[in-house]
Amino acid sequence: MLSKKQARAFFLGGTVVTFLIFIGLTVYSLSAAQDQSNIENLSESAIRGKYLWETNNCMGCHTIMGEGGYYAPELTKVVERRGEGYIKAILMSPVPWQPNQRKMVAYKMSKEEAEDMVEFFKWIGNIDLNGFETVVSPLAKDKK
Amino acid sequence: MKYKSQKVAYWFFALSMLLLTLQLVYGFIMGFAHAGMDGLHDWIPFNTAKAVHTNLLVVWLLSGFMGAAYYIIPEEAQIELVSVKLAYVQLISLALVGVAAIVGYHFNYWEGRKFLEIPRPLDYLVVVNVLLFMGIILVTLFKGKRRTTTALVLTMGLLFAALLYLPGMLDFNSQVLDSFFRWWVVHLWVEGVWELIMGGILSFLLIKLTGVDREVIEKWLYVIVGLTFLSGILGTGHHYYYIGVNKIWLIVGGIFSALEPLAFLAMALFAVNMYRKGEKKHPNKIALYWTIGSAIVSFIGAGLLGFAHTLPQTNIFTHGTIVTAMHGHLAFWGAYAMIVFAIISYSLPNMTGRKFYDSSRGRMAFWLANIGMIGMTVAFGVAGVAQVYLERITKSMSFMEVQLEIEVHFIVLIIMATLFSTGITLYIIEFIKHGQPTDEALEVTNQ
Repeated sequence: MLSKKQARAFFLGGTVVTFLIFIGLTVYSLSAAQDQSNIENLSESAIRGKYLWETNNCMGCHTIMGEGGYYAPELTKVVERRGEGYIKAILMSPVPWQPNQRKMVAYKMSKEEAEDMVEFFKWIGNIDLNGFETVVSPLAKDKK
Repeated sequence: MKYKSQKVAYWFFALSMLLLTLQLVYGFIMGFAHAGMDGLHDWIPFNTAKAVHTNLLVVWLLSGFMGAAYYIIPEEAQIELVSVKLAYVQLISLALVGVAAIVGYHFNYWEGRKFLEIPRPLDYLVVVNVLLFMGIILVTLFKGKRRTTTALVLTMGLLFAALLYLPGMLDFNSQVLDSFFRWWVVHLWVEGVWELIMGGILSFLLIKLTGVDREVIEKWLYVIVGLTFLSGILGTGHHYYYIGVNKIWLIVGGIFSALEPLAFLAMALFAVNMYRKGEKKHPNKIALYWTIGSAIVSFIGAGLLGFAHTLPQTNIFTHGTIVTAMHGHLAFWGAYAMIVFAIISYSLPNMTGRKFYDSSRGRMAFWLANIGMIGMTVAFGVAGVAQVYLERITKSMSFMEVQLEIEVHFIVLIIMATLFSTGITLYIIEFIKHGQPTDEALEVTNQ
């Protein structure tokens, strides 16, 4: 029968071993050779776009790479799906955008800010998502 | 209650109840918005309601865990808390930081990273607050007359939770890296170290409620938390399937996520077996309901429903849909909310001296809250599966078209949430009826 000492060894040993494997896998998968995000193409404009994405909590409604609020559309491939002009118009709109009765906050962004957001979406849209990009893109029924 | 300083736990539990009530209000705002009724949009848009709803959950659970620690550690270490005054300072500062964050969310003041929306300056205050809390607990434990496994596991859980908050404060230009390390906080909290906290509280309650020998319970506690880490740490990989990192996570995450239900199954079997084995029948039936209920519902919500969409082949379709909300609600309820309710139900009569051990209101609270939450889970599940098929598999509708189609399920959700909230209201009434803690309770405590 298992003793308490053996149970403790199982806990401590298992934890240490799995944690070390986890760290090893993290280092491996984040190494430059394994990059799937085209990090070299991440422009200053896209970085400013990410900042706007965060400071306006866009993730509170939308999802990106499948992460977010499930209340508004997935934006991973939004540039491909909607085009730059459409996205900028929504972001710069002085009144709440209201597709299918569901309202979006009117962020009233400047042209430069809207362009930064588009650059951010473009960078996201080119990431290799291990096949998820084929599920969420194209989302619209007329592009299946 | 054996030590006067344990009374401080009451106020952490009271803060938990207050924040939980607010969390429900914001949950209803979101439910109505999903059902097409977003009349509050101009004042509380959905992203505000969501940030408030999820952050209140985290803060009220943390407040509950801290209260549990302040109650359990003195009894396990057989010593008074080293400083009750500092514990009150910690409580007040926790409440102030929480309120500041929640108010800020209404004025577009946040970081906008799911679950970690709290802005950076407040992050630093959280760190100071948690350092103070850990200082009180660790010094008490260090000075204590004994160091039990239950206390050590609980303290390890709290310490690791504090340390794992730090990766969430790293800044990255890349959304991929941002997301990668955000899961170090969120996943390794809820599917890792929080389970240590849950295990520690569960162990304490089973020792008190069943009378089974401490050595037996603590031995199995080690096995369960061992299984938790064995599966949960590498199970983090299921969050890395589709966020732009190596495919190796599809294999590692898939295998170890499939093992995660085992830890919850072990916990459920452990709790039920200890109850059946126990010869001591503690009169506090309500605490027993919540304790055993927590172990069983966490297995269903976190274990089974997590497994239902955790394999890569399934998750590629369910990732980023309402299916996640289905799993999330029952998992958090079973594993963490119910265990906080259990320790409150156990400790409240001991702190106040009023022994409402088996009231009909207490039983009603348990059943209504659980039936309501299961109903909510079903409503989320039906809506989520419909969304997956219409939008992702058949691709017959766009996101917004699907949202209109599934609005009806959110009406069902609101009805079930009303049932759930009725149960919570009854629980809070029971909490208030117990009155405030008193030193005289020391004399009438029946351990």
